[in-house]
This record gives sequence, structure tokens and C-alpha cells, in this order.
Amino acid sequence: MSDLEVQAELAAHSSQSRQAGPARRLGVAEGAAGVFALFLLVAAVAPTLLAPGDPLHIDPLSAFQSPNFAHGFGTDESGRDIYTRVVHGTQYSLVIGATATVIGLGLGIVLGTLAGMLGRVVDFTVNRFLEVLFAFPGLLLALLFIVIFGPGVATATIAVGLSTAPGYARIIRAQLRTVRSAAFVEAATVLGRTRWQVLLRHILPNTLAPLFVLATLGIGQAIVWAATLSYLGLGAEPPTAEWGAMLSAGRTYITSAWWMSFFPGLFIVLTAVTATVLGRSIDRRMRHA
Amino acid sequence: MSEVALTVRNLRVVFGAAEPVVHGVSFDIAPGECLAIVGESGSGKSVTARSLLGLAGANAHVTADRLELGGRSVLGLTDRAWRARRGKDVGLVLQDALVSLDPLRPIGREIADSLRLHTTLGAAARVRRVLELIEAVGLPDPELQVRKLSGQLSGGERQRALIAAAIAVEAPLLIADEPTTALDVTVQAQILGLLEQIALAGTAILLISHDLAVVSRIAHRVAVMHDGRLVETGGTAQVLGSPRQEQTRRMVAAIPTDKPRGTRLSLTARPADAPGTTCALSTPFPRESTVVLEAIGLSKSFRRPDGSRQLAVDDVSFALHRGSTLGIVGESGSGKTTTARLLLALLAPEHGEVQVRGQPWSAAGEKTRRGLRASVGAIYQDALGSFDPRWNVAEILTDALGLRHERRAPQTTARLTTLLDEVGLAASALPRRPLELSGGQRQRVGIARALAARPEILICDEPVSSLDVSVQAQVLDLLDDVQREHALSLVFISHDLGVVAHVSDQIAVMRAGRIVESGPARRVFAAPQHPYTAQLLAAVPRLPA
Repeated sequence: MSDLEVQAELAAHSSQSRQAGPARRLGVAEGAAGVFALFLLVAAVAPTLLAPGDPLHIDPLSAFQSPNFAHGFGTDESGRDIYTRVVHGTQYSLVIGATATVIGLGLGIVLGTLAGMLGRVVDFTVNRFLEVLFAFPGLLLALLFIVIFGPGVATATIAVGLSTAPGYARIIRAQLRTVRSAAFVEAATVLGRTRWQVLLRHILPNTLAPLFVLATLGIGQAIVWAATLSYLGLGAEPPTAEWGAMLSAGRTYITSAWWMSFFPGLFIVLTAVTATVLGRSIDRRMRHA
Repeated sequence: MSEVALTVRNLRVVFGAAEPVVHGVSFDIAPGECLAIVGESGSGKSVTARSLLGLAGANAHVTADRLELGGRSVLGLTDRAWRARRGKDVGLVLQDALVSLDPLRPIGREIADSLRLHTTLGAAARVRRVLELIEAVGLPDPELQVRKLSGQLSGGERQRALIAAAIAVEAPLLIADEPTTALDVTVQAQILGLLEQIALAGTAILLISHDLAVVSRIAHRVAVMHDGRLVETGGTAQVLGSPRQEQTRRMVAAIPTDKPRGTRLSLTARPADAPGTTCALSTPFPRESTVVLEAIGLSKSFRRPDGSRQLAVDDVSFALHRGSTLGIVGESGSGKTTTARLLLALLAPEHGEVQVRGQPWSAAGEKTRRGLRASVGAIYQDALGSFDPRWNVAEILTDALGLRHERRAPQTTARLTTLLDEVGLAASALPRRPLELSGGQRQRVGIARALAARPEILICDEPVSSLDVSVQAQVLDLLDDVQREHALSLVFISHDLGVVAHVSDQIAVMRAGRIVESGPARRVFAAPQHPYTAQLLAAVPRLPA
């Protein structure tokens, strides 16, 4: 049975990645996502390279300008350049998204490993705890956390991280249980390896490797959630050049100045899509490697 | 009905721009005749069978001078036309019935499918015919069987259900691709008997297998396939009795059944070791009476889903002497693998204990046991699954040698090369991942890993059962070589009595968790005491004497 599966997998392996190679070839979507990811990275690390102006510079005379040569994305109610603000906002979004994912993943790893490795009692307890967390929609959980600890960029980040943790924990637990009973883990025991050696050399690497793909996908989601919290006024405060906050500020003028909310919104969507496309691409490659 | 059920002339199958997989194959099958195409994996036998069904694959280019089913050409049929003929003019039985049957549909409906598609029978008549078919393939209690899902049937029952579906419309030709490969010997014998009956009823059968001994029981004619060509075709007795071609001779030599211990089965690089020569005579085994591994009254049970407990291993005792091989044989579910896991101390016995060189093994804690672990190695059936998927061959063996911290040192590479050489692999295998290796090569890496720790005892759990007969022959010879060189003591567990008989000095026959018979291999096979042993022996496929 298992041997047949292996053969099928081998057949798929040789026919797909060796001969035709759709998995090896870069698609248009992957190429575009790569270029956009590069743009985001530069915007996050050195925003002045792409937009030399000050994102908070007020110029009341040029308020509410629609997109033109001087202001590619237009200006807001105080005459701040939207393009400059969007570029400088990348930093916030990426840092919030990445930090939240790291928090969620870290917590997920701890909870999942406890449930997957320790005895039945721990597994039961952690599982019930996760189920309670799952009963709340993720965003509601984040809101609850902010209600308790007060709004702000830091709390929003932690809140998003916390609300993604149960999902990761579940996946890690399932993956751990599969890997733990794998034949190669037994083979390592037969070779006389200690429990710690088996855990560190075989179980953890084989459990965590597939997770990095999930994390890439998760960053996109975390950015959207962080922007949502800012939009609700629970994350970054309005003058800050943060995408969610800009979206929120533009809401008031949506009928007269669409560009105020359109461009930050576009960047949120594109960033999430980029993370998803790249995550899937890495996933496909890893499966066929 | 014409005189010939199937005519194939100069069949060629090409995938893309690569070399043809099948080069100019020609054969005929008459109604009621059973032709067996035998070859190693990769010889093109399955592709040949699939082209006869129009199932060679989307990127396969199939050409032939003639390709006729029941006198009507099927060359260049459209998919639609093929669907009309498959099941009606030709039936197919595949190796693994578990994946060939829909797990969510009762087998009665699976069998009725082809009746609904290819006959004008009404619903009531179909039900009657399905019951008839289930009875015909020898499944007890047809009324009950029709409602079962494939998961509720055993491997043999599933294969019977699949055969019932394939013969439902009384297609004049039945293609059976490795129909018994995953089955126990007694079940295999029953399925072969069933196919024989079907042939007697006038159906032409094309049997595909890698095992000459299996097909020799029912095939009228045998065609040996090698590298996409039929190298030898003729009557079964003639091909097997006096093979003319090198490939055929090699395949005949590879069959372990009835060959005494120490007889070489494969062609190797060493010229003195031609198949058939017996090394054991020139270098006798250093067999001693020292007991290196002893099982004393082992018992182990598992909890069933309904909460009751089932004894998997029941009061099993045996002793393994230094330098000898103890064969444990039994069918699936007999407790062989549980015994292996008890011997490797991966499971703790409920009663009894395992001792290694007279010291407590199963009774000791893992900490104490770890010091002794190096002396007990293991070889697994699923070699691929026993390697960490992230590691290549070099990493697997470096780890097994305990040289992880000196992996870049030149002496490490030298030791890896020596180790690979010992199992007949070139150093070029080092950077490769096990997934890229063939089944035989993977098992060689598995043996190399087991040898790395210089063990005294090797526990081999079905080490050759997922391999072709010819590759099996090489691996068995290799095990024989390393046993001789390192004076290893082996526990060899297998469902295949022919293999166990070939490799063992002592033998234990297991059934339902108990050892029903044990003793020197020669004695057990010459004069079996227990009726179950006799039954197993009778079911082993053999070449006609």
C-alpha cells in the first residue's frame, strides 16, 4: 500500500519536475509577485529611495488633489502626498505582519509541540484550550485583547499574532504526530539515538519545514488583519502613514476623493496577494524538490 | 467469435521524444488461453498491457501494424470509442484492489457498473448477475458481500471482487496486471486458481508479472520481456525448463524457492559467484551454539476499536545462534511485525522478555539498552520510509557511522565509500536522495546503514517483499555475503516461504500470534508436522519440476 503510494509519487515526481517541469518554470504571477515583493522590501528598508519626501509634510494649499504628475497617487485633506505615505507605510505593515506571524507561529509551536509530544493529559488540555480559542472568530479574539490592553501598534501586532496561533498549533500538532510515528524516527531509535537527538535531528526539522510555507501565506493575512484593526482605530493612530489608518481617514471623503482610500487599499490587496502567490510557489517547489 | 482473442503486431509505445518504452512487440492470445508476460520493473510489460486498453497515457504515442481485439482493430480509437469497448471486450484486474475500488461504494455496485454500461439487463437481473458473479469468484455469502465497502474486505476478498467486476460482462479477454503481488501465498494460490477457472471457461487471459514461479502455475505460454522487447516466447514448460536467452536464465535463477541455503541467485560482479554456485560448501558458516538473541514467552496485545484486546503475539519463544539465520514465516496478521518490533525493543512485551547475549534487553531501560543498540541492527520492508526524507545517502550513512561531527574529513568519505562498496553501490550514490534511487538500491543503502554500527544481530522485517524477483535475488545474495563476512546472526521475517526456506537455518512458522511449528529449516520443509505448515508449503509458487 505505502509502496504503491511511493511509486505513484515517484511517477508524479519524474513526469512533472523532470520532463515537462511546470513546477520549475516561473509563471507570470510568480514573476510579478517577485517584482512587487522586491518593491515592498526596498520600500520597507529604505523608503526615501522610492519616495524622498516626508510622509507627514503638510501642504494645505495642495489638499485633495486627484492623481497628477506632481502627486502620482494624489494628496489627502492636509495636502500630504499619498504616494509618499503609502511607500513609508510599507514598513509598518510588513513589520506588523511579520512580527504577528512570528508571534503566532512561536506560540503555535509551543502549544503544538506540548500537545504532540507530551502525554494524553497535556494533549487533551491543550486541545480543549485551542477549541475554545477556535470558537471565537480570529478578529474577535484580537478585538478582545485590544479591549483589555488598549489600542496601539504594539497591542494590535500581539493581538493579530495571538489570534493566528491556534491555527498554527493545530497544524503543528497533527504534523508532529505523523512524523513521530514515521519509520525513520523508529530507525533512529534502533540506531541508538537518544530522545533529544531524535527530536532535534528528525522530528522538529520534518515538522517545521512545511510550516515556513504556511507562514509566508500567513503574513499576507496578518497584514490584512493589522490594517483592519487600524481601520477600526485600534492600531496605528491616524496621522501615522499606516495603510489601515490611511484607509480609515479616506473613508470620510470617499465620494469626493476616492484616491485617498483606493491606493492604500490597493497596496493591502497586492501585498496579501503577493504573499499568497509566493507562499504557494515555495510550497510547490518544496513538494517537488 | 474469431479464433484469436487478441492480436498484437509490432506494437511500439513512445513517450514524448524519449526512447521507445515498447519496441515492436508481437503476440496472439487464443480464447481460453493464458499468456504471461514476465519482466523486471521497467521492462515495459505494464505499458504494453495498458496500451491494449487505450490507457497508455495522454503523452504516449502508440503505433502497431495490427492491434485487434476479437478480430476488430482498436488502433487509433477515440477515447469515446475506447470507453465503449473497455469492460465489454476487455476486462482489467489491477495489482492493488484497495485503490482500484471506490472506498465509499459497496462492492455490489462496483461490480454492477459494467453491467449497467455494457448490457441491457434490468435492475433485478443485474442484482441476480452480481450475486452469481460474487459466488463465482468464491466469496462466501454473496447477499452479505454486495453491501460491504472495499475497506471491510481483506486483500484477497478485494482482489476477488475486482475480478468479479472484470469478468461481469464476460469480456473475451481479461488483462491481469500483477494480480497477486500484494497477497499472501495461500490467497495467491486461490486467486491463481480462480483465474485458471476463468481461462477454462473460454476467456483469454493476459497475465503480467515479475515472478516466473507465480505465472508458471497457470500460464500456457510465457513471453519474457526485457527493455521493451519480447526476448523469448514459448510454452511455459519449455521456456522455464530450457531457457534460451540470458534474461530468461537470469529470471529462472533468481527464484529462491527450493534452492539450498548459500546458493547464489543473481549475477554479480564477482565472476566466481555465478548463479547456482554454492559458496556455503567452500566456506562453511561459522555456526556456533552460542545464543545471541533469545525470546522467552513473549506476549503482546493491542486494543481493538471496540475496547476489547487482541493478542498479536502469544507466548512466542525462540533462540538465535551466532552466525545462523532464524526465519520467521507467516501470513499477514500473524504477528510477525509485532514480533520484530518486540525484538528491536520498540514495543515492550506484556509477558516474557528478550535477552541479547544473555543480558536483559526488553526488561532493561532504554538508557541501559542504548549501549547495546549498536549490536542489534534492523532492515525494514519500506526502506524509503526508514530514511529521513531531508537527507541524502551521504548524510544517512554519516549519521549511522556516528561521524556527524567529522563529516567533512577525508577519512569519513573513505569510510562511506568502503561501506557503499560493501553493499555493491558506487560512490556516485552519495549525493543522491533515497527517493531518486531504485527499490533495490534503497534496500542496499538500508543494509549499509545497518552495517555501519558493526552489529552482531540483524532483524530483517520483510526486507525483500516489495522488490522484483530479480532484485530480490541480488538483495538476498548481498545479505548472504554480509552475513558470511561479518559472522552476523539474522532474524529473517517474511510472508514468503520460498524466500525463508532459502535463507534460513532454523525456522519458525507463525499463525495468529503463535509459533505453530519450529525447527531446523531442512526438517520443517522436508517433513512438516503441523497441517498449517503443509498448507503453506503447498501454496508456494514453484517452477514445474
